[in-house]
Order: sequence, then structure tokens, then C-alpha cells
Amino acid sequence: MNNIRPGDKKLNMEKPDKNGRFGKYGGRFVPETLTSSLEEIELEFNKILKDKTFWEELTNLQNDFIGRPTPLYYAKNLSFQISQNLWIKREDLAHTGAHKINNAIGQALLAKRIGKKRIIAETGAGQHGVATATACAMLNLECIVYMGSEDIKRQAPNIYRMEMLGAKVIPVTSGSKTLKDAVNEAIRDWVTNVETTYYIIGSAVGPHPYPYIVREFQSIIGTESRKQILDKTDSLPDYVIACVGGGSNAIGIFSGFIDDETVSLIGVEASGKGLNTDKHAATLTKGSPGVLHGSMSYVLQDEYGQILEAHSISAGLDYPGVGPEHSYLKDIERAKYYAATDDVALKGFKLLSVTEGIIPALEPAHALGFLIDWCKEIPKNQNILFLLSGRGDKDMEIVSKKMESN
Amino acid sequence: MFINETITNNKKTSIIPFITCGFPKRKNFIDLLFALEKSGSTLIEIGIPNSDPLAEGLTIQYSSNIAIKNGVNTHECIKTVRQARKKGLKIPIVLMGYYNNILAYDMNKFCKEAKESGVNGLIVADLPINESKPLVNILNQYSIDFIPLLSINSSKEIIKKATKLATGFIYCVSVLGVTGERNIVFDRVKDLVEQVKKHTNVPVAVGFGISTKSDITNIIKFADAAVVGSALINKLKDTKNDKIIEVASNFISELF
Ligand SMILES: Cc1ncc(COP(=O)(O)O)c(C=O)c1O
Repeated sequence: MNNIRPGDKKLNMEKPDKNGRFGKYGGRFVPETLTSSLEEIELEFNKILKDKTFWEELTNLQNDFIGRPTPLYYAKNLSFQISQNLWIKREDLAHTGAHKINNAIGQALLAKRIGKKRIIAETGAGQHGVATATACAMLNLECIVYMGSEDIKRQAPNIYRMEMLGAKVIPVTSGSKTLKDAVNEAIRDWVTNVETTYYIIGSAVGPHPYPYIVREFQSIIGTESRKQILDKTDSLPDYVIACVGGGSNAIGIFSGFIDDETVSLIGVEASGKGLNTDKHAATLTKGSPGVLHGSMSYVLQDEYGQILEAHSISAGLDYPGVGPEHSYLKDIERAKYYAATDDVALKGFKLLSVTEGIIPALEPAHALGFLIDWCKEIPKNQNILFLLSGRGDKDMEIVSKKMESN
Repeated sequence: MFINETITNNKKTSIIPFITCGFPKRKNFIDLLFALEKSGSTLIEIGIPNSDPLAEGLTIQYSSNIAIKNGVNTHECIKTVRQARKKGLKIPIVLMGYYNNILAYDMNKFCKEAKESGVNGLIVADLPINESKPLVNILNQYSIDFIPLLSINSSKEIIKKATKLATGFIYCVSVLGVTGERNIVFDRVKDLVEQVKKHTNVPVAVGFGISTKSDITNIIKFADAAVVGSALINKLKDTKNDKIIEVASNFISELF
């Protein structure tokens, strides 16, 4: 995968500046107790960026443990149906069933380098929790996962998986009992156990250097996709589309195309019951700049800066914040962000299942459902690269209940 | 200089109660402030409730939620101080909050109104020293004291920076962790306070987890003041409306 072909440009996504900012977003807004740990993580991460032995170890695990490179699949039936060329990047086929494993393995290795043996994580859909539990089982680390009690109900299969892998799942019952509250609780644990514990954040959010770390570990998606689509079509895609919760899968694939000006980057958030209701999670569309979970970014908040509860049928997108780099890409208009409702996501879920034989996770089903309608407004036969960030096993119960009641 | 001098010149033990604005009730909250003043507190720390208070344990999460449910917001906190001052409250007042509430209000507007209403100092729980400059500049403009938090794991460099910026007092956090009552070993925070005192004459307070008279006796051996938050809130949590003032007064008085 390392050969750069003629016509390929060297990828050069911006690093955050020395204050950990992407434009005005990012930074490090956490209790002082975490400062020394964040500095240590930053130092060690900058070291491993240049450390060949680290990347060799990671590459081996990516190939033999995660099963990379994941395929790029031409969705013939669906392409015909929508009169476009739809290419699907199959992160659903990565070990544990979602892109989250790319980041979890990378950070678990980093934690080992730093010398921390107790790992904590938050999880929404349970995919990051499962990925972290998996990495910890394989690398022999203790693993504690915080999960909102509402999410425990709607993503039950993933709780069994985490426990089978030896992780301890701690239910979080504060606030909306979803992802935001799980992150709060993980940060409180971290502040308390900072000297023994490494926090593996699951998305491109959090205080600097986390958004940068997560992007770098997810950028493998973009690197592979770019190579694969060039191999198969001899051209770059016209559009790259991914769902955005905190934004890790999206930033991973965007990073491969950021310098390719002809490629439009599109992120799709969850608009729950609709953008005109108060039950949505469309942070970039409806939010405003503020501070949540350690960084400055778009957030859903009231006029006094209290964070609002998000809503989405998908636990992985049900978050009132978003990664700082997406906020930056939105403001400079390098990427465009839209939102898809619960119903649109369900439509995408069903459609991919019956036309292509692939059951998607509810999170990327938002991006797919969106694209089915949206692509009517663009010229026909465009090359569209859609990132299928995960598979839908975890969502079968909630989706079948919904479909019965609709 | 008001805060600094008040603590420095205080002949008795300096106790700083922390209470979330509008907790347990909005109605008699100002009476509660007067009761805290009367029972011998040196300064009062009033919490601006926040929806996601990362540095708080269960008790202050609870009081914060109740306050929000009671309709308290940033504006209300400033207004409460103004009303209390009008009624004659003399004791120094420090607001404690989270950065996003201050940003959303507008930093400049916040500091201006806080100053006008009689606020003397500000603590921001999720604003570490290295991010504090924009706010400190505005606080200085309005002569509101910036009260930095330091942790027992803070580096020498951070300690030095904090002592340069601090004006009212420096808040040393006794433990790694969030607020909440617990048994505390004071060895490490004692080291921290000693380090801080090498660089500055600004008074040093110790807080997080302080609940008993014996905690306070311990702290006063090496620091200038003790902050008591969760223990007070726990006392008031299940107290009937007409007993709040009495329970708070007794609780503070018994700490001396
Ligand atoms: C399959 C899948 N896709 C997407 C997401 C959303 O996260 P992010 O935006 O960080 O990729 C999740 C989160 O749980 C997920 O499980």
C-alpha cells in the first residue's frame, strides 16, 4: 500500500498548531490535574510518529489482527438504482465490526509505551467499547468501559461482547444516560486515577492531542481508500461521504482526500426526529462554538452555555458535540455537513440490506439514507465513495422493533 | 487586594464554604449567604451550575442539577450577588464555574457585570493555566481576582505560572480526583503548598474532600484557608426549608 503512484499527491493534512488548535477549535479545557498527563501523551505520541518499530508493530496488527486493508466494494445494484457509481469502503469487515478498532489498537499500543496498564474508555454504540476491550485482551491490559444506561439497553449485544472479552462495563445513569454522560464519567475516572490510567477516547474529540491522535490512527481508512479507488477507477472520487458522531470515521477517510480539491467531502450527522424539533444530534448544523469535553468546537447548547441533550436512534451519533477539526473544516468550507433523520437512517439501513446483502450499522445508515435522496440533485454517474463504518448486528433489535411499529 | 488581605489578616482559621447558587432553594439563598457570613466564614465561593461538571463528584453534580432545575443560570448568579450586596453582605465572594458558561455569556460582559455586582474573584474548574490567558486579561481589566487551581501532580513550570497570575488566593486541590467527601492524606498537598509558597505571598487555600474539623486543623498547619463544599451541600440536601439557615450556620460554626 505504500507505493505512491504517478499523479498521487503526498498527503499533507494540517497538524494542530502548538496550542492544539485547528483554527480556533480544539485546545485543552480540562481540570489542571490532567495537564501533566496530556503533556506526557503528546510527547510520547510525537515520538512514536517517527518511530519505525511502532508503525511496524501497528501495521502487522492492522494486517493480521484487524484484517486490513478492508475491501473497497462496487455496489452494483444500488449504483444502478440511483444512477450513480457507488463505492463502499468496508470498515464493517474490520475485526469487531467497525472502524473503531483502528484507533483502539493504536492507542492501546501508545498506552503501553507510556507504561499505563489500566485502560478506561467510553462508548455509545458499544463499538468503541468492544474495540477497546478487544485491544486490551490482546495486549493484556485492564479495561473499564463507561456506557450510558440508555445505550446499554439499546445496544445489548455489545455488552455481552465486552464482558466476554474481560472488560468491566460501568453503567452511567447521570444526565441523558447516553454518550455525553459516559464521557463525563470516563473523564472523572481519569482525573481520579490519572497516574495509573490511560483514557482511550473513541472519537476525534477531547482535549489536545486526542483529536489529532484519533485522526492519525483512523487515517488508514483514507490512505487505503484513495489507493483502492485509483486502482479500480483510475480516478479520484467526486464525493466522499461519511457519518459524523464525534467524527472519527469521517476524519479518517477525509484525511486521504483533503488535498484533492476536486473531491467533495461530505459529513452526515443525525437529525433524530427532525432539525425543527429539539430531538436531534446535528451539532454542526444547529450548534454553535463552545467547550465540551476538553475542546472548543461546535456544541448543542442553550444561551447560557448548558449542553443540551442530543437525540438519535443511533447511539453512536447521539452526541451534542463534534471533533474540533470538523468544526474547522466546516468553517473553512473544505467539508460540507448535512443531517439525516431517524427515518432516513432506517430507510438506508433497509435499502443496503436488501439491495447489496450488507446490513449496515445505524450510524453509517444515516449517511447512506441521506445520499440516496441527495444524489438526485447532482449529475448522474458520479463516483461516490461511501464509508460504511460498521456492521448492523448490534442494531437488529432496535431496527426490527421500529419497523414493526412504523 | 480585598481577598488576599481578608485571608492574610484573618486571625482565626479561614474557612471558605462552597455552595451552588440557588441550592437547595432559590428563595432563601441570600439568607443562606448571610448565615454563612455570620457563622465566621472568611469568604464564600458560589458555584455557577453547569450541565456537565467534570470536576465534581456526585454531591455537587446533584446540587448543580437542582440549581439548574430551579432556574439558575449565569445571569441569575450575578444578580444574586448584586442583591446580596445591596442588602449589606460584606464578605468577599468568589464565583466558581465552568468555562463554557462564561464563554456563552461573553467573557467581557461576564466580568463587567460580575464586577459591578460585587464579585471579587473567579475560579474556573476546567480552565488550566495554559489556557487561561484570554480570561485573565479581562479579569485584570476589571480588577477581579483570578484564582487558579493547582493539582498535586502539577509541574514546577505550571506552579510558577500560576503564582504569577494569581491575585486573590491559590486553590490547591488536595487529591487527584473530583470533589466529594472522603478521607484524605495530606502529605502530597502539603508538599504542593510548600512549593507554591516559595514563589508567592498570595494566600493558599486547600480544597476537595474536606469535611471535618480535624481536616481543617490539619490544613491550617501548612495552608492559609480550607474550602468546604460537598460536606456542606450534603448537610443541606435533605434539610427542610425552614431549617436550612440553622443547619448551615451550625455546620460552619462547628468547624472552628
Ligand atoms: C459503526 C459506527 N460508525 C460511526 C460511529 C460514530 O463515531 P465517529 O463519528 O467517531 O466515527 C460509531 C460510534 O459508535 C459507530 O459505532
